[in-house]
Amino acid sequence: MSDFSPSALDQRAVQARWVLRVAFFILIGAFFNAQILEHERYRLRSEDNRLRAVPLTPPRGPILDRFGRIIAENVPGYSVKLLAPDVASLREALGRLSGVVPVDSADRAEAIRRFQVEPYLPALVIRDATLEQVARLEERRVLFPGLVIQAEPKRSYPAGNAVAHVVGYVAEVTEGDLQARRYHGAQIGALVGKSGLELEYDSILRGEPGMRYIEVNARGRLVREDGAAPPRPPEAGLAIRTTIDLALQRFVDSLWPAGVRGALVAMTPDGQVLALYSSPTYDPNLFIGGISNETWRTLRDDPNNPLYNRAIQGRYAPASPFKLAIAAMALRRGLVNFNSTMPEPCRGSFQFGNRVFKCWLPGGHGRLDLTGAITQSCDIYFYQLGLKLGLDNLLRDGMAMGFRERSGIDLEGETMSILPPDVAYFDRRYGPRGWSRGVVLNLSIGQGEIDQTVMNMTRFYLALSNAAGAPEPYLVRPRAGTLRKIDLTAVQLEGLRKALVAVVDHGTAAGTRNSDLSVAGKTGTAQNSHGADHGWFIGFAPAEKPEIVVGAIMEFAEHGTVVAPYVVKTIRRWYFGSGADLSQRVRLLTPEDAAPLPVELSDSTVTQGTAP
Amino acid sequence: MRRGVLDLRTLVAVGLLLCYGVAVLYSAGQTDVATSASGVWQKQLVWICVAFVAGTVTYSVSPRVLEWAAPPLYLFGLFLLVLTLVIGTGAGTAAGTKSWIAIGGVRIGQPVELAKLATILMIARWLAARREAPQTLREMVPACLIAGVPFLLVLKQPDLGSAIVFAGILFAMLFWAGTRPWLLFLLASPVLSLLLAFSEWTWGLWFVFLVYLLYRWRPYLWEGLTVLAANVVMGFIAIPIWRSLAPYQQNRLLTFLNPTLDPQGANYQAIQSKVAIGSGGWFGTGWLEGPQKRLVFLPAQHTDFVFSVVGEELGFLGVLVALVLFLYLLSRLVRVARRATDPFSSLVVFGVAGLFLTHVFENVGMTVSLMPITGIPLPFFSYGGSFLLACSLAIGVVMRVGKDASLIGYPDA
Repeated sequence: MSDFSPSALDQRAVQARWVLRVAFFILIGAFFNAQILEHERYRLRSEDNRLRAVPLTPPRGPILDRFGRIIAENVPGYSVKLLAPDVASLREALGRLSGVVPVDSADRAEAIRRFQVEPYLPALVIRDATLEQVARLEERRVLFPGLVIQAEPKRSYPAGNAVAHVVGYVAEVTEGDLQARRYHGAQIGALVGKSGLELEYDSILRGEPGMRYIEVNARGRLVREDGAAPPRPPEAGLAIRTTIDLALQRFVDSLWPAGVRGALVAMTPDGQVLALYSSPTYDPNLFIGGISNETWRTLRDDPNNPLYNRAIQGRYAPASPFKLAIAAMALRRGLVNFNSTMPEPCRGSFQFGNRVFKCWLPGGHGRLDLTGAITQSCDIYFYQLGLKLGLDNLLRDGMAMGFRERSGIDLEGETMSILPPDVAYFDRRYGPRGWSRGVVLNLSIGQGEIDQTVMNMTRFYLALSNAAGAPEPYLVRPRAGTLRKIDLTAVQLEGLRKALVAVVDHGTAAGTRNSDLSVAGKTGTAQNSHGADHGWFIGFAPAEKPEIVVGAIMEFAEHGTVVAPYVVKTIRRWYFGSGADLSQRVRLLTPEDAAPLPVELSDSTVTQGTAP
Repeated sequence: MRRGVLDLRTLVAVGLLLCYGVAVLYSAGQTDVATSASGVWQKQLVWICVAFVAGTVTYSVSPRVLEWAAPPLYLFGLFLLVLTLVIGTGAGTAAGTKSWIAIGGVRIGQPVELAKLATILMIARWLAARREAPQTLREMVPACLIAGVPFLLVLKQPDLGSAIVFAGILFAMLFWAGTRPWLLFLLASPVLSLLLAFSEWTWGLWFVFLVYLLYRWRPYLWEGLTVLAANVVMGFIAIPIWRSLAPYQQNRLLTFLNPTLDPQGANYQAIQSKVAIGSGGWFGTGWLEGPQKRLVFLPAQHTDFVFSVVGEELGFLGVLVALVLFLYLLSRLVRVARRATDPFSSLVVFGVAGLFLTHVFENVGMTVSLMPITGIPLPFFSYGGSFLLACSLAIGVVMRVGKDASLIGYPDA
């Protein structure tokens, strides 16, 4: 039988057709698998291939004052980014770019670093480009195939310097920040709050970044900027309304004497912070679009440290304003009433052991009751009251009144105020024989081992002004909502307030007296071993039914009485609004209330008091 | 004398494939950033005209003339292949190989495509002259030599894909001549040995299996020993051969075995092609609309990977249509081979079918990672004059054989 016989050929034709069918079945099967069964996977791969996601910055939530006025807002800005297939072409594109718009070598290095972290994203070159730069680049767009110019909301603080220590500032999140719980959910390149309210309420303000997609070709070249895939719009951050009175805040800023370091806080008796000011201040707008190294160094190395928030971070000896705390402790324990006198009248000095403690008034106040002692700020009276109270009780009550705590204001970075926790502290610190009970004398006039922030001291005065107790000061909402009470009867509180009114009316702060508004308050002069004394004034008004409490300190002011007029003006500005009569001169009747440092009896200079 | 009837169905199948191919080629040129592929569809149209003329020429030539002319044509083909090795240049994705003949810097063709046809004619002539299928391995030696010489010359270029085509042609024609399939299997065994030698275990198992088959089929003793020896030798030289491969060939084979090996490097083409095809889904992204193609992620989208464009833009249904057309054409070729008037004609037609099948399976298979990547074109789709010319010459012969068969030839079974 021939191999080419019809039947043999038929047989092989059948076999050949089977081979064909099997071969094509295999091919079709492979395509079915790739195109139908694994379609979704490859579709996504295809998108990954050609689409590059560019994050869209969400508008940060605005920060408003208590009347809805803008403290922080967003204005339109532009960022310039470059998409490149590799480092070499990015470097080359950056070189050409810097011929059109100013891009210094640090910015170029930063762009390359960003690219290396995320090579599939357009690398940010200029975060805050001016309209003119954008126009120049758009004209030369053909030169930059990977150029991505993006409209981005830009932070703006219209009140600038005045609100710096309230709002803080924003900056790009660092890789280290991303690990921190605080910045949970932030993505590389995002702007986050770094200080102030921007930091405290970052998670609310930040919003959710959106995405838009640009199309690139196989060489990573930008092909299409829009319409490649539907963008996901960013979710704007939420607005926060603060308790700040922006007009008052601006007023304090304008009022504050130039070059004087210090802080002022104003709040309502229920803890709403109306103004929070620290001097020197800075312009938070400097941080927009990335602060330049030079500006940053200037701010950081400024000896006056403008970034330091003296209202919540600066600690000062509380001085005379602390006498109210001593009085409150003694009243609460029933050791004295407002008419109580001390065994020794004030003759200008008081001997305890072998040391002599002086009164600020070298001539002495004579015999005073508690009200008189507060009014005159008599140190001799409070030395004896402190001794009567005892160190143990003073420390215990001081702890209970919150003098070893933060005020609890909803601002990041508040420092803890200092008061020794117990007597054992002195043993640990100085050794059991290394100190004497004389420390209680110092503490009784707010000197020595005690340092308080302006915020925490002002919170204590809230407790004096508000029978319900002192709530936490807050800018947006109280953190824990706890009250600090000083456990005095209404009559006792009334008595203390009267004494404070007396301070203003007759005493050391008499210059602050105003006939149309009774201001209660206490001056203080914190001894400062580094230079001139710091001046305190904490006051509230109206004295009968307080509606505003203001605490302030000015470094090197010499006397608390220097500070008092600023506080009073602040109070009047708030109470009477912009039409307040601030012109009347505040005259200082008794410019000095600081007790000089105690002297050893062996010292020959003992009898010399520091003259006012 | 009756005039023969033209095999219209085969012609229609070829025409449809050509139209489909030009449409896809046109799309392959439509990219967002212009590539060299943008105008090739027009050139392809010119080539189709040339090819039509060429096909008409072979259609008008009697198979007898072809049979007579086979040896000189074959020798001419070999001469061209040798010439290519000496003065050849590379092109496109295969820039490192010598597969083109150029005169004065102008590439005029890839001789291998014509050598394939000449080899088909030569094998057909030899097998037809025997009148009887080879019964032993020894009797297959001349046929193996006829295919083996161009096989080796092409491998030297190096062009693995085309080399495989020579093997495909050889096996198809030996089968059609009536060679027992087990004999073909023994013939192929050393190659399998070569492939399986990369692991001692697979090769060992294969060898045991082979010994069993030899015992079962009982070829001549010395032939059986030769097969064993060849397998052993292949097993031993596999590693040296591997080392002798160009790095890109090694990479292609390695990444074929493990596609995730180096996505940006050697396997880039395979993955991009599969991504394009897979993203096509049932209906594809639409003609001209494929984003992978538009953005030039597809490698060689107008030549070797033109079928990926079909997969991406026309989806599984488009693929199905193309493959069914090819299957139909090949079935028609088998039918023509079956009805041919004489063994030579029949063998030539079946050889052409083997040529097409190898090209289609290898090319289409490689776009879905079913086959390793070798640069071989897809008939009627890939842009390229030489291959289109070769295809039309072959189709011309097929049409002639079909027409002659309608006059006389074997009656239907």
